[in-house]
Formats: sequence, C-alpha cells, structure tokens
Amino acid sequence: METKKAIITVTDLVKKYDDFVAVQGLSFEVYENEIFGLLGPNGAGKTTTLEIIETLRPKTSGEIVVDGFSVDKNPQEIKQIIGVQLQAAGYYPNLNLIELIELFAGLYGANIKPMEMLEKVNLQDKAKAKYKALSGGQKQRFSIATTLINQPKIIFLDEPTTGLDPQARRNLWDLITEIRDAGTTVVITTHYMDEAEQLCDRVAFVERGQIIALDTPDNLIDQLVNSGFERKKEVKKANLEDVFINLTGKEWRE
Amino acid sequence: MKKYSNTTATLALAKASFRSIMRSPSAVVFTLAFPLIFILVFGFLGGGGTRIDVGVNPGSDVDNPVISMLAKTGMIRLVKDKSQEDFNKLLEKGNIDAMIDVHRKVNSAAYSVNVVYTSASRDKGGILKSVLNNVFYDKTLKPTVAEIKESTITGREYKTIDFILPGQLGFSLLSTGVFGTAFVFLSLRQTLVIKRFFATPVKRSSIVIGEGIARIGFALIGAVFIILLGHFFFGFTLVHGAITVVNMLILATMGIIVFMGFGFIISGIAKSESMVPPISNIVTLPQFLLSGTFFSIEAFPTWLQPISRALPLTYLNDAMRKVAFEGAGLWDVKFQIMILLIWGIVIYAIAVKVFKWE
Repeated sequence: METKKAIITVTDLVKKYDDFVAVQGLSFEVYENEIFGLLGPNGAGKTTTLEIIETLRPKTSGEIVVDGFSVDKNPQEIKQIIGVQLQAAGYYPNLNLIELIELFAGLYGANIKPMEMLEKVNLQDKAKAKYKALSGGQKQRFSIATTLINQPKIIFLDEPTTGLDPQARRNLWDLITEIRDAGTTVVITTHYMDEAEQLCDRVAFVERGQIIALDTPDNLIDQLVNSGFERKKEVKKANLEDVFINLTGKEWRE
Repeated sequence: MKKYSNTTATLALAKASFRSIMRSPSAVVFTLAFPLIFILVFGFLGGGGTRIDVGVNPGSDVDNPVISMLAKTGMIRLVKDKSQEDFNKLLEKGNIDAMIDVHRKVNSAAYSVNVVYTSASRDKGGILKSVLNNVFYDKTLKPTVAEIKESTITGREYKTIDFILPGQLGFSLLSTGVFGTAFVFLSLRQTLVIKRFFATPVKRSSIVIGEGIARIGFALIGAVFIILLGHFFFGFTLVHGAITVVNMLILATMGIIVFMGFGFIISGIAKSESMVPPISNIVTLPQFLLSGTFFSIEAFPTWLQPISRALPLTYLNDAMRKVAFEGAGLWDVKFQIMILLIWGIVIYAIAVKVFKWE
C-alpha cells in the first residue's frame, strides 16, 4: 500500500460548551485526495469538529493543522484553501445563481467565470434562477459549486445528501467522486451508511465526541464479519433502493 | 498565492447587497413609494401652496395698498362680506386663520393694520405674520403696524412642498436605514449567510462597509429622485440649484448613517424577523410624528416640544429645510449636524455592544 500524506491533522481536539463536552479528545488524519467520512448519530460532535477545522468555531484545546497551517495562527490562510458547505445554510436573498457566484468570487478574490462554475455542477440551465427556487438536489449541487470557487485543496460537506431522493443522491455521489478525482480532498458527514460505504475511502465513527473506529469501509466490515457477526437475514443480490432506481430510472428529473 | 484584496471583497458585497435591495419590494416601497404618495397628496392638496384665509373686518378700508398687496401674494384668500358675528365664529373654529382691519391713520399717509390671530390656526397665523412683515419690509411702506412683530422669514413664497418634501425625504432615509438594515442583518444571521461568509477570507468590517455602501447608495438615489420630482412637478424650491441638491445629499448621507445605527441595534436585539417591525416602529414612529415631518414642531404643545427637540430626525429635517429653502450652506447648519453627530456616536457605541454576528 502506498504511503499517504496527511493534509489535515487533528490532535486531542476538545470542545466544551459551558458544562457540556461536545468533543473530547478527537485525533485523526485526513489524507490528501481522499473522501473522508465522519459518521455518527446526531449530536455526536461531527458538525462541531468540522466547524472547528473550518475556523468557524473556537476550540477549547488540542491542535489542528490544515495543509501546514495551524488553525490558531493562520486561520486566514486556511480559509483560502478550503471550501465549505454548511448544513442548512442559505444564500444572500434576491440574487440569482450567477450573481451569487460573482459575490463569492469577490469574497474569495478568485478570478473565475461564473457560468463555468455552474457547468461543473450541471446547473447552467438555472443560471438566472434564485436559490430558493431550486429543488433540494439542485440546492446541494449549487452549495458544492460555491465551495469550488477558490479552487480549494479541501472541501467540507456537512450532510449534503440529507433529504434528497435516491436519484439526486446518486447524482451527488458522482459529482463528489469527480471532485475527488480532480485532485481535491473531500471531508463529508452523513447518516447514510450505504452512502459512506460507496463513497468514502476511509471513515471515522464518532460517538459522544470520541472516535470509536477509523478505517476503510471494507476493513471495518471485514473486522465485524471476522468477529463472527452474521446478518439475521440472508442478503439478497439487490435491495429495495435498487428496485426503486430500476423502476423509476437512473436519470435525474427535476 | 495571490494577495487577498479586502477592497474587492467589500465591493463584491456592496454590489450584491445593492442588487438585492433593488429587488426587495419593501425597500422600494419605504424609500420611494411612501414618501412619493405623501408628496403627491400634499402637492395636490395644497394646489402647490399654502392658503391662508383672512377675514377682512366689515368696517375696514378695502381699497388700500396693504390689502391689494396681500391679495397679490397668491397665498392669502381674503374673505369679505360677512357679519362680525359670523367672522367671530369662523375665527374661533379656525375656518379662517386671521382677521385683518386696515384704517388710514388720522392726519397721516400711513395705514394702521390690526391683525387678530386665532389659536385654532397657529401655524397659518405664523405664516401670515411673516407675509405681512415681508410685504411691509420689501415695499418700504412704512405704516405703523399693530400686533406685527419683527421676524426673520425669507421673502420667497413658502409652498407646502417646501415644508413637506424635506420631511418626507428624512422619513424615507429613516425607514431605509432602520428597517432595511435591521431586516438584512437579522436574516443574514439567521439563514447562516454570514456564517458562510466567515468561511471565506472576508473581514467583518468588509461585510458591514459593503452593506453600508449599498444602502447609502440606494437611499441617495431615492433622495435624488424625490428631490427632482418635487422640483420639476411641484415647484420644490432649490435656492442654489445643483449646489443645494449636493448639500442635501451630504446631509442625507449623514442621516442615513445615523439611522443605520438604529438598524444594527435592532438586528442585535430582535430574536426573530417578526420582532423587527414592532421594535423598528418604536424608533421610527415617534420621529415620523414628532420630528416635524408633517407639521412644524412649533405647532406642538410646549410639553411635547423638548421630546421633538431630542430626536435626530428633527435636526435632519431642520437642516434640510434651511439648506433647500433658505439657501443655507452646510456651515450654517453646523448645529444640526453636530446633534446628528452626537446621535451617531451614541448609537454606534450601543450598536457595537449589542450587534450579533451569529
């Protein structure tokens, strides 16, 4: 196995809110050019961890280095090399997609052609539409487009597929894989294990602010199987989602 | 890596915000539609000018230079041919604004003029007083004038629009500054737009300044529109033409900056969008009513006047009227500007404390 270079290093990260400890001593590394999944139930500390790495939230203690920059000393430098998609974030009101991209280009000081950014996420037909008028899947793809404006080394996606229908979800997986293949590191959170299994190169399970497992999805499954675990029901060659996709078609309608 | 430019970021924000404001119905309604409706109503209502009804005493000499000159001003309607009793009733109700009685003085070429005002119509009485003064002052008629005190009103025709327009302009700036700023920052905060901005290298100051540039730009465009419309359609007086307009716009800029401060505070205190209108109204309504937007604050009862004189819009309106109608320069209204400045300092000191980013 080739040796991987870490682009994000988190060491002993702790975050306390008053008397509640959201994150207690997290340590992990994200390798360059992989899709890294943070998995875990609601309130496990996934979003908090992401937002601390994104420089949006102060930490209580611990150390984080992003591409050689420390979150304490060089937050501005980090902001310039990352792209961030927030859970449930809105966009400036009354502007169409092209104008929003222009705004972000100005905020990042990036020199890009807005239409090309929209083409990357297949939204060129919606250039003059308002963000509010987009469907769920389109909104997520647009959010991802805004994370790519500054040609970042790493993008962070917080539950990008929550609430999407199966077609839109698969469509987004393809997009995220393309972004990874183009050389960008992707850090993603999700509640869907099928998604993590298909999409992520490595995953970390977070529970009560701690990492309880970290490996490739394959290895984690093998470990469980080797420990003697068996599914109660015989696994069929397809599941209900495959039936859904097979019946309703793969192409994405909106 | 290319050097990051704060100016580029600020301007990008200003542009985005300006586009957003132009497409926001409420901003356009408050800044332009409301003031214009009031101006239209008052513009047509007054027929372009204030009308003062003056009863001529039954026994008065009617064929004299004083009466004819009053008739010529165009703003005074002389009411004749009524009995003393009728006149008294009308005067009491304020249906006529004053009574005049002119007599040639015994053994003299001069006239004696007796004027009776009514408390039912104090501000029109005030205008009549100035008109009389003016008539005598300008034409060097030197009658002994009873009841007329010296006052320093300018000799131009003071139309309703000259009073109403600066007030409406001030009101427009107040609502744009307060409502607009409060709504925008609260909604940007609640929809996590600001949080998303923080994930970019943009500085906080750029966000505030960019938003400010857009709002000031929008308010000034509204102001120019209101002034020009008033000037060309309703004869709003601009004593020194373009220079007067520029001076008014400078005052407007100061006003909007102060009023935006209220908006920042409200966006910090309000917990939800539905709380913005009530809190904003607490700020704007008293100023709307008490700052001489519709009526001169001299018309208010004396106990109310100190409140009027504490409000920033009072001074903005006052300065605007002096600049537009009396042709005052900015230095002549330095007192009003100073009060606005003090308000600005106080408001922003509070805003810095209560403003919330997230």
